[in-house]
Amino acid sequence: MSNITLKVNGKTHTVDIDPSTPLLYILRNDLGLQGPRFGCGLGQCGLCTVIINGEATRSCIMPTSAVKDEITTLEGLAKEGTLDPIQQAWIDEQVPQCGFCQNGQIMSAKVLLEKNPNPTDAQIREGMTSTLCRCMTYYRIQAAIKRAAKVIAGARPASEKEVAA
Amino acid sequence: MKPFTNIPKQIEEVLEKGHVTTSRRDLLKSAGLLVVSFSGTGSSPLIPAASAQAPAAANGAGPYSDPDFRQLDSWIVIHEDNSATFYVGKTDLGQGTGTAIRQIMSDELDIAYDKTSVIMGRTDLTVDQGGSGGSDAIQRDGWPMRRVAAEARRVLLELASKQLGVPVDQLAVSEGVVTVTADPSRKATYGELIGARRFNVTLTGDNINATTGVAKVKAVQDLKLVGQSLKRYDIPPKVDGSLKWAVDVKLPGMLHARNVKPPVAGAKLQSIDESSVRDLPGFVKVVSKGNYVAVVCEREEQAIQAARQLKVNWRKPETPSFPDSEDLYRYMRSATPTSSPKQNVIGNPDAALASAVKVVEAEYDFPYQGHTAIGPAHATADPSNGQMTIYSNDMKSYGMRRGVAEFLEMPQDRVRVVWMEGPQGYGRTAADDAGFEAAFLAKEVGRPVRVQWMRDEETAWDTKGPAYAFKLRGGLDAQGNLTAWEYNARAADYHHVGYNEPDTVLIAQLAGMGRSNPASGRASTPSDMYAIPSRRMTTQVVSMPLVFETPLRTGNLRDPDGPQVTFASESFIDELAAEAKADPVEFRLELLTASTEEDDGFKRARSIAVIKAAVEAYGWETRPSPKPLDSGAILTGRGIAYSYRSQTVAAQIAEVEVDRRTGHVWVKRLVCGHDCGLVVNPEGLRRTVEGAMLHSLSRTLCEEVTFNTEMITSVDWGSSPTLTYADTPAQIDVVVVNGDPKPDRPDLPPYGAGETACKPLIAAVANAIYDATGVRIRRVPFRDARVLAALKAARV
Repeated sequence: MSNITLKVNGKTHTVDIDPSTPLLYILRNDLGLQGPRFGCGLGQCGLCTVIINGEATRSCIMPTSAVKDEITTLEGLAKEGTLDPIQQAWIDEQVPQCGFCQNGQIMSAKVLLEKNPNPTDAQIREGMTSTLCRCMTYYRIQAAIKRAAKVIAGARPASEKEVAA
Repeated sequence: MKPFTNIPKQIEEVLEKGHVTTSRRDLLKSAGLLVVSFSGTGSSPLIPAASAQAPAAANGAGPYSDPDFRQLDSWIVIHEDNSATFYVGKTDLGQGTGTAIRQIMSDELDIAYDKTSVIMGRTDLTVDQGGSGGSDAIQRDGWPMRRVAAEARRVLLELASKQLGVPVDQLAVSEGVVTVTADPSRKATYGELIGARRFNVTLTGDNINATTGVAKVKAVQDLKLVGQSLKRYDIPPKVDGSLKWAVDVKLPGMLHARNVKPPVAGAKLQSIDESSVRDLPGFVKVVSKGNYVAVVCEREEQAIQAARQLKVNWRKPETPSFPDSEDLYRYMRSATPTSSPKQNVIGNPDAALASAVKVVEAEYDFPYQGHTAIGPAHATADPSNGQMTIYSNDMKSYGMRRGVAEFLEMPQDRVRVVWMEGPQGYGRTAADDAGFEAAFLAKEVGRPVRVQWMRDEETAWDTKGPAYAFKLRGGLDAQGNLTAWEYNARAADYHHVGYNEPDTVLIAQLAGMGRSNPASGRASTPSDMYAIPSRRMTTQVVSMPLVFETPLRTGNLRDPDGPQVTFASESFIDELAAEAKADPVEFRLELLTASTEEDDGFKRARSIAVIKAAVEAYGWETRPSPKPLDSGAILTGRGIAYSYRSQTVAAQIAEVEVDRRTGHVWVKRLVCGHDCGLVVNPEGLRRTVEGAMLHSLSRTLCEEVTFNTEMITSVDWGSSPTLTYADTPAQIDVVVVNGDPKPDRPDLPPYGAGETACKPLIAAVANAIYDATGVRIRRVPFRDARVLAALKAARV
């Protein structure tokens, strides 16, 4: 056991744990976060996805001691009580069925749109294909990602839009 | 962000604090609600609480008596702020059931939807409607909900009549506000009429499904919320991370457990070397009984590590537990069935086949498929105060309560199950294992225990949909009419696991507490309304060599048997249509329209309507299959299939692209004509139907349980693939049909919608592949290698 300091959703925490413990268990059991969930423990399904340094990271296979940068979880996407446009698009398109995997879908979509604000259908398929959903909500997720991309583009300052164009 | 939970805030608070010590009646008291009473006839004065009802037997520490379904206040509580809480015995598996229930009950009660909430599937708070299953939440269980809501409205109007001094027929009610028709300034809200008091109205009905008051439900034309695509209340908290799921339950002193499963099927425990884990940090206990082994630790990652590290000696069985999965269908066809065949005969099939001009014959194979929930089985059990509370996503929480009580030999009123949301399991949680295990372990260690399965454990050991081997024969006359049809099905379904049975749940089998007589299982027959003069349908069940303690234990998988059976029957109808050189739609419509039998529930009329609706939406070109072979690398085609489940009918058209170089099949477009009678929430229905179709598409293209003769070999998302984005159709159209000949009738019933759309899809894809390539794929799943081999064999 040893003390490890983690910055999560803007807050700093110190936990006394076995440093090889996958990050997922620390987030869920020590920091009380519910967004990331256990699905496979193998990095295959994406339920445990968090964002670290702009990358969608599978926290079930990430040793906590290896995490140096700030962690963003699903709970950290909303800013000042306003949902992220991706979360709002998920509601507007009524994406989830059971919703158990949707943390992974939303966090993966967040990274996808950060990297590519205007993805084609093919790019969405490629970018999201390793994030699994057993309710098979993929069709609606695709629609929600496109909706969110439009909202985000509309909210961007004009100068930035020109750069993007 | 508004925090949200589907359980009452008070419950959530005590969950946060750790112990649920509050009963519903305590909650109501603590919320300032005194139990008072008035007569259902409206003629008696209000009676003080103490004499009105027996004192609440239940308290938070137990025992937990059953809510009485014949009491109106077991179903509906109206609050002072003119809001209402509905208590129902169903669970929501992610298809918007809770939203639909709020819609139908709000509509009958005449209260604003936004002012309502619903509590579901919590055995000490909600009446026992069995939880969910069989797509019956609205079709069957919606009726008592509507009737009790209508009764509550009637009682409230009686109260308003007294208070306002105006006969009921001179009152109007809208959104929980009763007004005098002649003078709308005179009014009273439901909250004012009953707030701080409770209904004391006795209902009637021999059983819960028959529960009713005096009031009649509204005519369909008078329903305002039913038919609206209201947004699901459970989606925002699922999207912002605030919903507390069953996996999120944390209790003071809670321990974590992981199972240690036999490494091969049927292995017997010889010895456990506890010293292999005793010194691990956080280690608490190894619990074992028979061949059931679990490790309990203080922290979750410690339990995972200890379960991996525990040295256990197992003895392998001396004979093979199953055939290799590549040898499965030969085995099933040659095995001696577990009982004599069941037969259903119409006309004279032997004579009809003998006189047929053409006889077509085909065999179809369908593998075991897992439920393979995205989140493995999990539950938390609290043994405090000599009671047992289980926090579970079991879709049939009431069954789990009864099962656990019997399994642990506890009085039933000392056990309760708190249903909370979980991963869609497609029937997996009707035979839930983790709740039994958590309760067993909590009793063993005397502290709350959370157990969760690992991925390989879930994929290998969850319940499976049974494998099928089919043989069909059909006879055509000189005009291409189908005159005879013979269907033989063998299902590997022996010892089919029931709902939360204390003697078939896996821990009972492993611990030596299981039943000794296997359940008989079943093989099913097709659901269609075709008029075929002579039919013989024969079904038999076969067993694997290993019957008990097997990872190939079968359980109900969404639309049990439907996808298997309809794959065979609707593929074969297409084969017959091709032989008759008939268009596949016209061939089916002729079989449907040929009947002169009575059309119970208009199922035939509605079958014809959904096929026509799908055909029109797709833009179906009338011609026989297959179409002339394209010259390019990508071959395109379309196929149709149709079926029904209970009273709900669905016809589906798949458009495919088959890559002749790789064998890869992409279903580019799907159309579904769907008729489930009265639709409560159209957009919710569309998403449910899409989900059902895509689940079946995953079963079509990807899913197969593989095994060698001693163990399952498909154990994770690599070896047990599922549908991904890459396979998702570019376009899906769900055409909601009401094929009732009198679509505007006031009593139009709603039928189940969760499963019918699973049925036809596999055959629709198989028929589309045939249309594109002229090659018939008769074994599921249609993975690239299988399709490519079939194309090559046919020199396509």
